[in-house]
Amino acid sequence: MITIPYLTAVSTYFSYGLLFAFGQLRDYSRLIFDWCSTNNLQGYAPICLAHEDFYIRRLYHRIQDCFNRPISSAPDSWVDVIERYSNDNNKTLKRTTKSTRCLNLGSYNYLGFGSFDEYCTPRVIESLKKFSASTCSSRVDAGTTSVHAELEECVANYVGKPAAIVTGMGFATNSAIIPVLIGKGGLIISDSLNHTSIVNGARGSGATIRVFQHNTPAHLERVLKEQIAEGQPRTHRPWKKIIVVVEGIYSMEGEICQLPEIVSVCKKYKAYVYLDEAHSIGAIGKTGRGVCELLGVDTADVDIMMGTFTKSFGSCGGYIAGSKDLIQYLKYHCPAHLYATSISTPSAQQIISAIKVILGEDGSNRGAQKLARIRENSNFFRAELQKMGFEVLGDNDSPVMPIMLYNPAKIPAFSRECLRENVAVVVVGFPATPLLLARARICISASHSREDLIKALKVISKAGDLTGIKYFPAAPKKQEEEKDRIKLD
Amino acid sequence: MFGLLVLFFFSYRFLTFKILVVVKFESQSFASPLLWANDISCSKSTRISSNSLAALCSIHRAKMDTNLVEMFRAGLNWVTMALDAPSARVVLFGVRIQWHIFVEVLLGFVIVILLSQKSYKPPKRPLTEQEIDELCDEWVPEPLIPPITEDMMHEPPVLESAAGPHTTVNGKDVVNFASANYLGLIGHQKLLESCTSALEKYGVGSCGPRGFYGTIDVHLDCETRISKFLSTPDTILYSYGLSTMFSTIPCFCKKGDIIVADEGVHWGIQNGLQLSRSTIVYFKHNDMDSLRSTLEKIMTKNKRSKNLRRYIVAEAVYQNSGQIAPLDEIVKLKEKYKFRVILDESNSFGVLGRSGRGLAEHHGVPIEKIDVVTAAMGHALATEGGFCTGNARIIDYQRLSSSGYVFSASLPPYLASAAITAIDVIDQNPELLVKMKHNIALLWKGLKDIKGMSLASDPESPIVFLKLEKSSGSTKEDLLLLEKMADRALKEDSLLVVSSKKSFLDKCRLPVGIKLLVSAGHSESDLVKVSESLKRLASELLL
Repeated sequence: MITIPYLTAVSTYFSYGLLFAFGQLRDYSRLIFDWCSTNNLQGYAPICLAHEDFYIRRLYHRIQDCFNRPISSAPDSWVDVIERYSNDNNKTLKRTTKSTRCLNLGSYNYLGFGSFDEYCTPRVIESLKKFSASTCSSRVDAGTTSVHAELEECVANYVGKPAAIVTGMGFATNSAIIPVLIGKGGLIISDSLNHTSIVNGARGSGATIRVFQHNTPAHLERVLKEQIAEGQPRTHRPWKKIIVVVEGIYSMEGEICQLPEIVSVCKKYKAYVYLDEAHSIGAIGKTGRGVCELLGVDTADVDIMMGTFTKSFGSCGGYIAGSKDLIQYLKYHCPAHLYATSISTPSAQQIISAIKVILGEDGSNRGAQKLARIRENSNFFRAELQKMGFEVLGDNDSPVMPIMLYNPAKIPAFSRECLRENVAVVVVGFPATPLLLARARICISASHSREDLIKALKVISKAGDLTGIKYFPAAPKKQEEEKDRIKLD
Repeated sequence: MFGLLVLFFFSYRFLTFKILVVVKFESQSFASPLLWANDISCSKSTRISSNSLAALCSIHRAKMDTNLVEMFRAGLNWVTMALDAPSARVVLFGVRIQWHIFVEVLLGFVIVILLSQKSYKPPKRPLTEQEIDELCDEWVPEPLIPPITEDMMHEPPVLESAAGPHTTVNGKDVVNFASANYLGLIGHQKLLESCTSALEKYGVGSCGPRGFYGTIDVHLDCETRISKFLSTPDTILYSYGLSTMFSTIPCFCKKGDIIVADEGVHWGIQNGLQLSRSTIVYFKHNDMDSLRSTLEKIMTKNKRSKNLRRYIVAEAVYQNSGQIAPLDEIVKLKEKYKFRVILDESNSFGVLGRSGRGLAEHHGVPIEKIDVVTAAMGHALATEGGFCTGNARIIDYQRLSSSGYVFSASLPPYLASAAITAIDVIDQNPELLVKMKHNIALLWKGLKDIKGMSLASDPESPIVFLKLEKSSGSTKEDLLLLEKMADRALKEDSLLVVSSKKSFLDKCRLPVGIKLLVSAGHSESDLVKVSESLKRLASELLL
């Protein structure tokens, strides 16, 4: 749990209050100016909700330049960030033809497959020539090519499950498959910080949703006990089934799921485990097989394994792996399989090739090197950041490390300061995080060299001093404590 | 109970005025106030006598016992005397306060007593730890999935070459009528070239959502190209066709809003409608009278709906039936009842209209009249992904509020670059469109006299939909029959045709059938072959 220093919390609230007050003031003055202008939309309710619209116009537009930065190169360790300018106080941003080469600490390019790869790219182009970019058809009609069939087999082998089904988009995998597995009378117990796609899927399913405290198996057990004893609301009938949904690595926290404990709790209470490995597959574990391998959990104990190919494999799409029957059932009922166009064949080929590289089937040890590199890089970078006194969230081995910023003014300050020194970082604020917990997020890649990381650390340290986000003293003693704590976890 | 008492307290306060009037006649006859009291207790509420009118009740009993009357009179005199103190001579609202203050004090006293007492609650007996453990032990969940049945074991054909008009299945060349490759752009040299150069420059994936360095210049170029093609102010790209609708709809429709949707919309839209949590009213498939009466009903029945956001959701070419939506009618109705229109152009973009600009061009309706246009790029454009186009405000709003845009990795750059090239090709080669329309007409001609099935789609739609003339009554059996037909077409005649597929999540209840997707790449002989084959199979299987 994140504990916010008292003073920081007060100043953060104050900053948001100030932004809100000025926003309202501007809205009122605009009202006076707009008094005479005619409204041609009479009879229609406004299409955008007032409070969300207010947030976009008065808060988000001020710092818009920190988000959606276009790049003109592959999302590799260094990217060309296109410069933008604005003529209307940041309301709209226009592209220029100029770009700056920046160190990329924002992309989910964990294993460095995001750019041209000596093994993958030629094979991808070959498959493009053979199969073209799209099948224009769903998997059940004419959307299954031999590459798709190979991919599903390959993924199943890789994650250690008997069978797998692949869809064309990671987000759609969650939102289209959860409703097939569970419906009315079922219960979904979801981690409080689960991704929106899971929330969408759970909502679309019609099942009851309960939430347990983020990554707390003890609370999960309490919720499970309570819910099984109580049964369905009002009728008190027993639940048809219970699915517990957790993620491997939480992308906004950088934390690794406490899977062994969660699995044992679920086993005890006969709940099914749904594990979303969007960020962890390929990125952690000795051979990149994700959180199960890292924490020594038997994949047979995880009923539904979901993951995406957009991160470590540098492609697109998502998969579900499970028992043969489960996958057969999904292939018959999953809407993403029946109604959506199949995953683009070159993308499918990219995944196959990337998995081959990771497993060393390409005849080199590049995969093993990449995996070792990302672990080293992540642990080195995290340790250095902590030494400097930043408040870094997440666990060791996780390539995602959020640095807490808290104050809204520090969001653009940190981002712009880093960009000025040619380091591209991601900053996240409300609504993606709670109001108080704005943060910067660093994603480490295997393609970063040690020099890259040292440069990044220098820049971040300088920006951190400027913006005052080193909330911990840079004392070595404190850092030792931190380390111990993580080991205990 | 307590409330009643308080109520009575005030009603008594009011009634005292009348009682006072009676009390004035005290010297003449004592019975009259008693009768009065009787009257009140009967007419007002029977509960009155039971509790709070204790004093009056005792008077009532005094009727039978004159002794008591005497005693009461003495007591009353005493009270009157006691209350006749200067303080009791206050006049409130023109009423002199006399002995009845005694009753009021008494009532007040009862109220205080009742207030101080605890209200009755049934004793709580939560489950003990042991009981909870027993319940947990006893609970048996259903299996994760129902048992696998025979019909679920169907395996789709595996293609060994690109899914163009001709493809390879099991080493045999087959004619493909299952890909929405309407303009025959699969395998187009220019598309392949642009994909290759993009793959070499950008790699495959974008490794991040649009917000976090997943915006690549080709995405922006693609958005500009689509806007220019459709002459709309702005466009937003989605990374998957299916996610376009289920992200766009919940973005603008929230709880309480009203959506009037066609009953034949595909699953992506259905999911969007469900996620929006709005009030959803369906109208009959492609029936404008039904739409009109639905809109009329909504606007007249519910006065509040004038202040709500109201939408009509329709597909340009319905994936489930091949029908084309009468946009001119819809726009008329929309303007009359002040609804906004959300239109899915997935199967009409690049296909309908003189130059492939979609349904608006087909009906000669200015595109500004349609508020939100969405489309998947996995059809005529022969790439992947989707887009939403409309005015700048609508698009900008989605860039921060649309779940499928904000929380999903962006479209692989090579697919965006393929989309740009595909639009260029459409713009430069109007003959593709003419060829496709010619092919549709040919197929219609060929299938006109098919027995046992009938053409259910629009003559101009690239989806030619054959439905069963005699349905067995069960969708499942119909589907099995159609699947058998498709299987035989593939085996015997090397034709890849497909039947409709139904997930149990799909709420669309339109009749199922055989779907033929016509492409500009089909030759005349292909079309003759498919119509002959289907006619033969229909007469063998259905008659």
